[in-house]
Amino acid sequence: MLSRRNPQLNRHGELIHLLSIEGLPRAVISQILDTAGTFLSVNERDVKKVPLLRGKSVFNLFFENSTRTRTTFEIAAKRLSADVINLDIARSSTAKGESLLDTIANLSAMHADMFVVRHGESGAPYLIAEHCAPHVHVVNAGDGRHAHPTQGLLDMYTIRHFKSDFTQLTVAIVGDIVHSRVARSDIHALTTLGVPEIRAVGPKTLVPNDLSAMGVRVCHDMVEGIRDADVVIMLRLQNERMSGAMLPSAGEYFKRFGLTADKLALAKPDAIVMHPGPINRGVEIDSSVADGRASVILPQVTFGIAVRMAVMSTIAGNEA
Amino acid sequence: MKLLIRSGRLVDPASGLERVGDLAIAGGRIVAVGTAPSEFEAERTIDASGLVVVPGLVDLAARLREPGHEHEGMLESELAAAAAGGVTSLVCPPDTDPPLDEPGLVEMLKFRARKLSRCRVFPLGALTRGLAGESLTEMAELTESGCVGFSQADAPVRNTQTLMRALQYAATFGYTVWLRPQDPWLGSGVAASGAVATRLGLSGVPAAAETVALFTIFELMRSTGARVHLERMSSAAGVELLRRAKGEGLPVTADVSINSLHLTDVDIGYFDSTFRLSPPLRQQRDRDALRQALADGTIDALVSDHTPVAADEKTLPFAEATPGATGLELLLGLALVWGEAQGLGLPATLARITSEPARVLGSAIGTLAASAGRLVEGGVADLCLFDPAARWQVTPDALASQGKHTPFGFASSGFELVGRVRTTLVAGLVAFERGRIDA
Repeated sequence: MLSRRNPQLNRHGELIHLLSIEGLPRAVISQILDTAGTFLSVNERDVKKVPLLRGKSVFNLFFENSTRTRTTFEIAAKRLSADVINLDIARSSTAKGESLLDTIANLSAMHADMFVVRHGESGAPYLIAEHCAPHVHVVNAGDGRHAHPTQGLLDMYTIRHFKSDFTQLTVAIVGDIVHSRVARSDIHALTTLGVPEIRAVGPKTLVPNDLSAMGVRVCHDMVEGIRDADVVIMLRLQNERMSGAMLPSAGEYFKRFGLTADKLALAKPDAIVMHPGPINRGVEIDSSVADGRASVILPQVTFGIAVRMAVMSTIAGNEA
Repeated sequence: MKLLIRSGRLVDPASGLERVGDLAIAGGRIVAVGTAPSEFEAERTIDASGLVVVPGLVDLAARLREPGHEHEGMLESELAAAAAGGVTSLVCPPDTDPPLDEPGLVEMLKFRARKLSRCRVFPLGALTRGLAGESLTEMAELTESGCVGFSQADAPVRNTQTLMRALQYAATFGYTVWLRPQDPWLGSGVAASGAVATRLGLSGVPAAAETVALFTIFELMRSTGARVHLERMSSAAGVELLRRAKGEGLPVTADVSINSLHLTDVDIGYFDSTFRLSPPLRQQRDRDALRQALADGTIDALVSDHTPVAADEKTLPFAEATPGATGLELLLGLALVWGEAQGLGLPATLARITSEPARVLGSAIGTLAASAGRLVEGGVADLCLFDPAARWQVTPDALASQGKHTPFGFASSGFELVGRVRTTLVAGLVAFERGRIDA
């Protein structure tokens, strides 16, 4: 078998698309986090703009609705001085039967420079990256269960901000890991950055043993999973999982795997609690924890803008 | 026409015969194997020195896409592909549109195929009307119109009682039921459960999808006495159950596809939809078990699982892409690559694509049963002449099939095939010839 080149890197190993954290060298990740640090100060200025993407057109292609994520990308692009076009494709062309690649071809003809793509199917951004014009860059804003790399990077930024050394950490990811693109991106990032202990915590329907192949320790017990953790990442439980064959009820889930102050007390005293949002209070996390001292959920949002600015400016600066 | 094939390396997989000699053909039949009678006057002589002369290949699974999917393949193109691949008999599943659930449809297909005289076509009739898994088809009528067995293709029979009735009814007349062992609920994913599917975030198909179905099928075989052919085995656990069922004496046979024999889920790479296949590619240990089972006879036949898919249906996100790959022209080459790696001789390797699949068909193909997949005097002159030394690479655009998608394309896989078909004869007539090699 020939090894196929990682499609998000060019021949020089530079990032031209951001499709997944898997396979990214540690140096590339660190560089994005460093760049994000410099943008953080931009976001605190009165004039929150730098001209790095001036004259460039960024198309937000959301085949799946997500106002929040789309907004963070929009803000990031605008702070880089790009023109932003939001396309709510879930309700337009594909509903009329146009194929994904026809949509992409049409938008390419409008001289797009960057596509920010969210799609319900794993791998869809790879297909777009493979078929779009060579000068167009693609950012994966979430594809199926596969990846949400900017969320993964902003989570790493957050951890680095509050904890100095990745190689000394124990990180617990709790919740619906099997369906979570955030969890996959976090796991790839954490393993690449050298975190020695990553725990995936939840019932077997949401945390199957197969996950151990990704380099995590699978825990089906919340107490065991959270004990002495430095970082606790809670995942959102989607409504459709709350009753049915995955889980019997939100109430039973909260009792066993919801994060309460009592359970958090098992973690390290200086542990931080993260969540990709939007949070379900009383389902995966208790309000007292979400709003408590350990919570860094709002700083995550702030860092998210800077990290997305770093990703966009990095890939726009590299040629295919 | 009288034809003499001279100085070829004659291989009859069924008897193990392997010798250099001549083959005389008259009236569409083989009249002499080894030395032509002195009075034999050939109208045409083919110099087969350096070539292997074998029975034409018998492929138990090739979709021709007619009727209903002509944009993906048509009898003309797909039977040309069969001939180019040395395949002289093929079995096509009933998942056409409409499905092959009425005698008229089967007769039309047989008639159109016969007119093209490139390859013998043996349709499987639908086991249930419309493949809906609810009511039985007219199996006896369908058999009279030319069906060699009954199948659901990839459509499930969800109701176990309906499946039992279908097996009972088929067993009444001695018809073979061809089943894909896959539980419809566990089998709803798009990639084999395991590290790759987990990593890529693709919904998984656990090996239990196969084993659960096999337990059901074997249990129903015990109670109904039906004969079953299992289509496309995919897992090590499934092979083990099959081995036990055969040991117990159940009347069961099975096949495996060229895809499952050579590839694993790791080959999916970055969501390459040419690897979107059904059954899904599994792990290394499954592939190893399938290769071993085909070698030791637990799995009887190797099939192309030929499925032409239109380009539009493949340039989609992995899960949305239509499963399937082209395969008729790759069957011989991939069988030989496997046989070589397995250390099997030519007769044993070729048996899996000639005499063994013919044995699976058995009396369902009527008088042909005596000689299909074999080199015997008096038998039909369905032959394949190939160059065993040729190594070649698959370039999709050079394929005769309308289906251009293959996981074995050289550019993406680096795969090299062994053995190039030179001439294919069906009933003593040339169905395919790569350049002319007349003496």
